[in-house]
Formats: sequence, structure tokens, C-alpha cells
Amino acid sequence: MKRRWYGAAAAVLALAFGGGLTAQTQEETQRGIEAYRQALQQGNPAELFEAQGEELWKKPMGPRNGTLEQCDLGVGPGKVAGAYARLPRYFADTDKVQDLESRLLTCMERYWGIDVQPVIDAAYTAPAKREIIALTTYVSGESKDVVVDVRPTHPKERAAFELGKRMFFFQGGSHDFSCATCHSEDGKRIRLQDLPNITERKGSALGWGSWPAYRVSAGQMWTMQWRIQDCFRQMRFPEPIYTSEATIALSVYMAATASGETMRTPGIKR
Amino acid sequence: MKTVDNTRRRVVQTGGALAAFAAAGLLPTDALAAWNQAAFEGKNIPDTLKALNLDNPTPSGDLQIVASDIAENGAVVPIQIVSRIPNTTRIALMVEKNPNMLAAVFDVPEGMLPDVATRIRMQQTSNIVAVAVAGGKVHTVTREIKVTLGGCGG
Amino acid sequence: MTSPMRIRANVRDGVVDVRVLMAHEMETGQRVENGRPVPAWFINEVVATHNGKTVMTAQWGPAVSKNPYLQFRFRGGAAGEKIAIKWTDNRGESRTDEATIA
Repeated sequence: MKRRWYGAAAAVLALAFGGGLTAQTQEETQRGIEAYRQALQQGNPAELFEAQGEELWKKPMGPRNGTLEQCDLGVGPGKVAGAYARLPRYFADTDKVQDLESRLLTCMERYWGIDVQPVIDAAYTAPAKREIIALTTYVSGESKDVVVDVRPTHPKERAAFELGKRMFFFQGGSHDFSCATCHSEDGKRIRLQDLPNITERKGSALGWGSWPAYRVSAGQMWTMQWRIQDCFRQMRFPEPIYTSEATIALSVYMAATASGETMRTPGIKR
Repeated sequence: MKTVDNTRRRVVQTGGALAAFAAAGLLPTDALAAWNQAAFEGKNIPDTLKALNLDNPTPSGDLQIVASDIAENGAVVPIQIVSRIPNTTRIALMVEKNPNMLAAVFDVPEGMLPDVATRIRMQQTSNIVAVAVAGGKVHTVTREIKVTLGGCGG
Repeated sequence: MTSPMRIRANVRDGVVDVRVLMAHEMETGQRVENGRPVPAWFINEVVATHNGKTVMTAQWGPAVSKNPYLQFRFRGGAAGEKIAIKWTDNRGESRTDEATIA
């Protein structure tokens, strides 16, 4: 399967950039891709996950048979609207900086009474991750078109930002890679995928502001944690633990850099 | 599932696919009436058209495939078919280079506009063939869509 | 278990524009997982009804993408009226959802 996949990719590279193609042809390809992306926006299957997430938010679950309707995502108990645009942030009750996914784990533990370790340990494609992915999608949709407002002020938020920035530029692994290798300059791409420059506001918003996203390639709903995990895999870094401090720190760095721009969640991508 | 697959192949050859599927309980009875097994099993355009009972399609400028010229991922290719031919009653959508040509057939009852959109898988760059039936005549239009990544793999 | 569809129906100048998203795996039957073929499992029929009248019928094969999207238009609907969509898959499972025309 893999081989065929690469074969197709190679064919496209040849098609798009191969021998003596004019600038005009490349422009046409780019226009075609834009038209394709536009057409996808017409109906984003992420909506199906949003609907599931909304139902889960209100449904009594777990040993406590509680609901998440009292869950405080940082803008008050049970308030969902605009919450994602202000995350990650410091929470006094856990004394931690939390992103949406780690905060949802806290609430699932508190109100459903479940052991969240299996959720943390499960693969992203495993059934144990389904609920948190749907919930994340639902909450993100309630911040669509909301301006990102993540400005680290609490000492732990500032520390997370600094750690995230260091993580972003930290170079290592068998391929001597860092996040910055792909995401610190304008106009870079892999095949036809544009790589946003996360070190500046607009670029960071293109990345941060469009996850979670429905990925048409496998028909999967990817959260920001999943996106980061896969970047680590692509960089040949050790796989980060779900909602670990390092991943949240990276999110703080991206969200703070994107502050002032607008959330486009949930997104849809190739 | 292997057994089922083998059974399926055998009965397709002998032409009794639907009966065998029904016997095996694989198809609901109400779907039996509508779903055209033979057409969806078609491995080339003429066979598929024949199974759909659509003979001698003639190219028409009043039938249009609306889509981007290039699809970033073959797993999801948005396609819209619009017919401006009066009394269009049926629209079929085929992909020449898919393992089975036929992707979808739409019946257009009175009141419905002959204008439908869906998203399909394309294994590779291929011609898309749309066919419309209007007043007993069969019309067709073809358009190539380039696929940068195939959409039928795992 | 099936999940609800997302249906949007908007009327303009007497024409109702219907957009539907359906939650379904749409297994092609061509995929191999852990060395074993995954059997085909897909929606093969979609029927839309309005005031007891069929306004669209579709037959689908497994080439329709996972979590299918469908858009169609019909005349004769008015705001406040209901439109129902029913899908049936090749395992005989089906689901019906309704939406109010806006």
C-alpha cells in the first residue's frame, strides 16, 4: 500500500514540477488545488463529530453518572462559547497550565468519575479516544470565528511559553530535526502542502487556528494533540505522551503567537 | 469473509448475484428492488452502461461536471453534476480508472432539479463520465480530474 | 449503532437546497488490515422525502467517500416544512433523520 502511495506522490511531483513546466502551469495547479480546498469547505464532516461531542457534553456518563455541564474550561462552569480561543491557560484547581484536551480529562475524571489513564494510553484511532476527540471538536466549534486570546501572565503560563518556544527550536533525533526546520520560514511546503510559519502571528494562526481538523485522507478527526504527536513522529522524535507538559507548552507557544487572529475550528484538510 | 468473497465472484459469473446475496442475508430485501448490483460491479464503461440499461450515449454540452481540475486527495473528490437537458430523469456518475466504474446513480423525480453534488473516491487521475437520461435519450459528458494522491488505498 | 446525520435545508425562490452529511465508514472492500481484507460496508441507497413524496433517490457504490456528503435541490418546499433523509447500507442497517426547511 505504502509503495503505491509514494508512487502516486512521485507522479504528482513530476506532474507539478517536472521537466520544463511553465510558471503558468504551476499557477494553474495551484488554482486547481485552491478550488478543491474551497469545495471541501462546503460541508465539513467535522460537523458529525461536533454533534456527537455536544451530545456527550450533556449526557450522564461514568460511575458518577455526571455530565460535563459543570466543567470549567476557563471561562466559567459549563461555559463552552469562546473557551477554546482562550486555551491553554492556568487553572488554580489543578495548579497546572492545561490545554483543552487535558482540561477535558480533568472534567471527565471529576464529573464522570472515570480513570482517564486508559484514555491517555490509547492510540488515537482506538475506541478509548473517541469521546475526547468528539468533545474537543464540539468545544472547538464553539470558538469558530472567535479571536485567539492567549497571553501568558501567570508565572506557570510564562514558564510554559518559554518551554514551548525551546521545544519548538530544539533540534534532535536521527534526522537532526526541529519544529522550526519546517515551520519558521514563509513559503515552505512539502509536496503541495503549505507549511505555516509558526514563529509569526498569521502563520501560527494558520496552524493553531485550524485544529482540530477533519482529514479527508483517512476520514479521521485529528485534534491538536494528535497533530503534534504526528509532527514528533515525522521528526523522528520519541512519541510524546498524550497531554504531556511538553505538548501543552508547545500549544501555549503557538496559541500565544497566534493571539489576535481568528479561530477557524474545526478545520478540514487533505 | 473469504468464503463470502468467493461465493460472490462465482455467482456474479453465473449471473445470479442478487439471489445469492439475498440467500446469504447480505442484502436487505427493500434494497434488492433498487440497488443495481450488476452495474456497480461493472469493470468498464460499456458494461456498466449496459447494466444500467443506458444505450448509445451522445455527448452533450448541456450536461456539466462541476469540479476542480485537480484533487489534492483522491479519498475525497467533490463532484457536482448539472443537467440543463429538459426532463432529465436519471443521472449516473462513473470514474473510468476506478476498480468499479460506477460511483452513484441518482433518480430525478418530478420537482427535483437535475443538479446533484457528492464526494467520491478516485484511485488515480482519471476521466469522470456523467450520463443523463432525458426523454428516452442518453446524454454524456467526460472530464479529466487529476489526483495527487490515490484514494482507494489503506 | 448509527450516528445522526447533519441536514441543512434552505428555501430560496421556491427551490429547496438540501445539504446532508452522513456518518458512515464506507468501507470499499479493497482495504487490507493486519493482512486480512476488510469487507465492503457502505451506504447503497439514499431516499429523500418531503410531504410524503420522494424528492430524490440515490444508489451508491463504495466509491462514495467516507462520511458522505450529498447536495440536491427540489421545487415545492416551504419554510417550516420537514424533509426526511433515509439511508440504507449493504448490511441492511438504515437510519432516518429529519430537518426543518429554513
